[in-house]
Amino acid sequence: MKDTVIEVSGVGKRYRLGSREQADTLLGRMGQLVTYPLRNFRELAQRKNFGEDDESVLWALRDVDFSVRQGEVLGLVGHNGAGKSTLLKILSRITPPTVGQISIEGRVSSLLEVGTGFHQDLTGRDNVFMNGAVLGLTNREIHQRFDEIVDFSGIEKHIDTPVKFYSSGMKVRLAFSVAAHLDPEILIIDEVLAVGDLAFQQKCLGKMDSVKEKGRTILFVSHNMSAVEGLCGRCILMDGGTVAYDGTVGGAIGRYREGSLLAAESEVLGARTDREGGGRLRFTDVRLNYGGGVYAGEPLLLELDYEATADIPSLQVAIKFSRNYREVVMTLDNRIQGRPLSAHRGHGTLVVELPALNLIPDRYLIDLWAGTSTVAEDRIFNAATMIVLEKDVYGSGLLPQANRHGFFIPPACSWETARVTAPNP
Amino acid sequence: MPAAATTIIKPVSGWQLLDLKGLWQYRDLLYFLSVRGIKIKYAQSVLGVGWAVANPLIQALLFTLVFGELAKLDSDGTPYILFSFTAMVVWTYFSGILTDATTSLVANRDMISKVYFPRLILPLAAVLSKLLDFGVAFLVLVGLLIYYQQMPDITVLMLPVLVLILVLTSIGAGCLLAAVAVQYRDVNYAMTFLVRLLMFTVPVVYSVSVIPEAYRSLYALNPMVGVIEGMRSMFLQTRPFPWEWVATGGAVSVVVFLVGCFYFRRVERHFADLA
Repeated sequence: MKDTVIEVSGVGKRYRLGSREQADTLLGRMGQLVTYPLRNFRELAQRKNFGEDDESVLWALRDVDFSVRQGEVLGLVGHNGAGKSTLLKILSRITPPTVGQISIEGRVSSLLEVGTGFHQDLTGRDNVFMNGAVLGLTNREIHQRFDEIVDFSGIEKHIDTPVKFYSSGMKVRLAFSVAAHLDPEILIIDEVLAVGDLAFQQKCLGKMDSVKEKGRTILFVSHNMSAVEGLCGRCILMDGGTVAYDGTVGGAIGRYREGSLLAAESEVLGARTDREGGGRLRFTDVRLNYGGGVYAGEPLLLELDYEATADIPSLQVAIKFSRNYREVVMTLDNRIQGRPLSAHRGHGTLVVELPALNLIPDRYLIDLWAGTSTVAEDRIFNAATMIVLEKDVYGSGLLPQANRHGFFIPPACSWETARVTAPNP
Repeated sequence: MPAAATTIIKPVSGWQLLDLKGLWQYRDLLYFLSVRGIKIKYAQSVLGVGWAVANPLIQALLFTLVFGELAKLDSDGTPYILFSFTAMVVWTYFSGILTDATTSLVANRDMISKVYFPRLILPLAAVLSKLLDFGVAFLVLVGLLIYYQQMPDITVLMLPVLVLILVLTSIGAGCLLAAVAVQYRDVNYAMTFLVRLLMFTVPVVYSVSVIPEAYRSLYALNPMVGVIEGMRSMFLQTRPFPWEWVATGGAVSVVVFLVGCFYFRRVERHFADLA
């Protein structure tokens, strides 16, 4: 068997956007009414024929290249409209690419949505067969796995009841059970883990793990970052129809979150009005490491631009880092550290250098506070977001993880087992 | 585990060959879809498959009353009920296909946009699941023939050929209409009355003898003419077996079948984007 099972080269997909012309006079409107079927016909006919550089053309995917090796579990993340779904549709042969080529070794099963082909009037049993066949199983294969599928779903009693009498949870469980027993060489999954109750989700994750252990290749698309983190060994970040990042899961998720915050915080810090304090000094911008990446265990350089309307001889600044909007993990405070500061009237920049940022890779929010010992001048929540990216701090190839190991990365310890006196014979 | 096959996904353009291998791989899906079509159709109905009998029978009775008794149309010297029911068996099947296959893609757009399978399976399943209705109606025809003590002619051996012409035409027309309907939903709406209209282009209620001799070969270009008249000839001996019409119809049915399938293949790549 070849090592590379999926090879995507130069793939692009072009869509035509709908355009609507509207007349603004009554006469024009009436004219449009008459010619409506004709224009409609033209519009419908054009949906599949359009020129290369037409203005109404949208490239949902462009120049996508990557390859997946046998047994790899590849995560695919990206914001809505980044091209993930289009890529999956092309990979699962639902729609052809406009340019480029993909070669795939082995049988692919795609779960873009569970329960495809389910029909309300058919019994659970019929739907299992129907759904299995839609997903590419043969009659014999479904017969072989039928008991297992029904067992996994936990609805043996109702298997001969029409599906329309099922609760939505039961339907989803049955559908996922079919999907979980496909056993293809390559499995493409899109957001199916968001189904069912917690116990069933655990069951599904367990099933995915066993698929993984069998050396099957999985392509996993999700907005659930902890699921991606838990399952995938490698991750691709899609953005604007192209591959924005291809590498470690932490790296992709870090960038994914960076992107999500850039979009959310397009507002300039200086223009923000949701702040408190006397206002003799206001922060106008925050930069981290000159705009470069922030890595766990590496130095952190903070630059805080400010604008002061008066001289402040004894300035106190506190920079608070918090996780999940409320859990403060660290504060940098010049008064506590015994480092006096002063600010002069006009624009200035405060530079803070931290020799080692011992925070676990995750997303942190930065709150800023400036003032004197008696009065607050500027207080601003969520002034900036810091994404701490993964770095092999200990040189061991292993990393502490945000959801399991707290937030602090301790320095490397010395480890040894002390000699114990031998037990008496 | 079977040896992994390599799939190449790349842009497709122009005419494509029929993907017979793919169809064969998904034959079980075709089977399940056909069975599903039958089960859904008769789910929650008291008569169930009895409707396959009732539908053409009631129509034939109505025609007998209106066209046979009141309008006194010529039925080539056989009881009008036999005359019209023989044609109704064929026509109910064909018109059913026209409406079912047309909607088969739009009705299953969830499947089309979520999973890959040879799209041709959807109209094919519509054609196959209707075959049950055809079979049941045919049994009723046999019953009627026995009741009226009509003995079939030796040309009854040609029956499989007639059925083949019927099925080929149905598949071809079904695929063509289904493919067009994905892009232009007007087809769905137009089919409901077109089907009624089309019935008068074939000899269902009237006899071919009303068509002037000069136009008959043109008339026979409709494959259904050969099928219906062939059936009437073998079961009711209305006329000598119309070899010429059946041959014309057969040729046309093959053309319709090929055009339908290839046109379908040509446009199927857009289904997921358009449906």
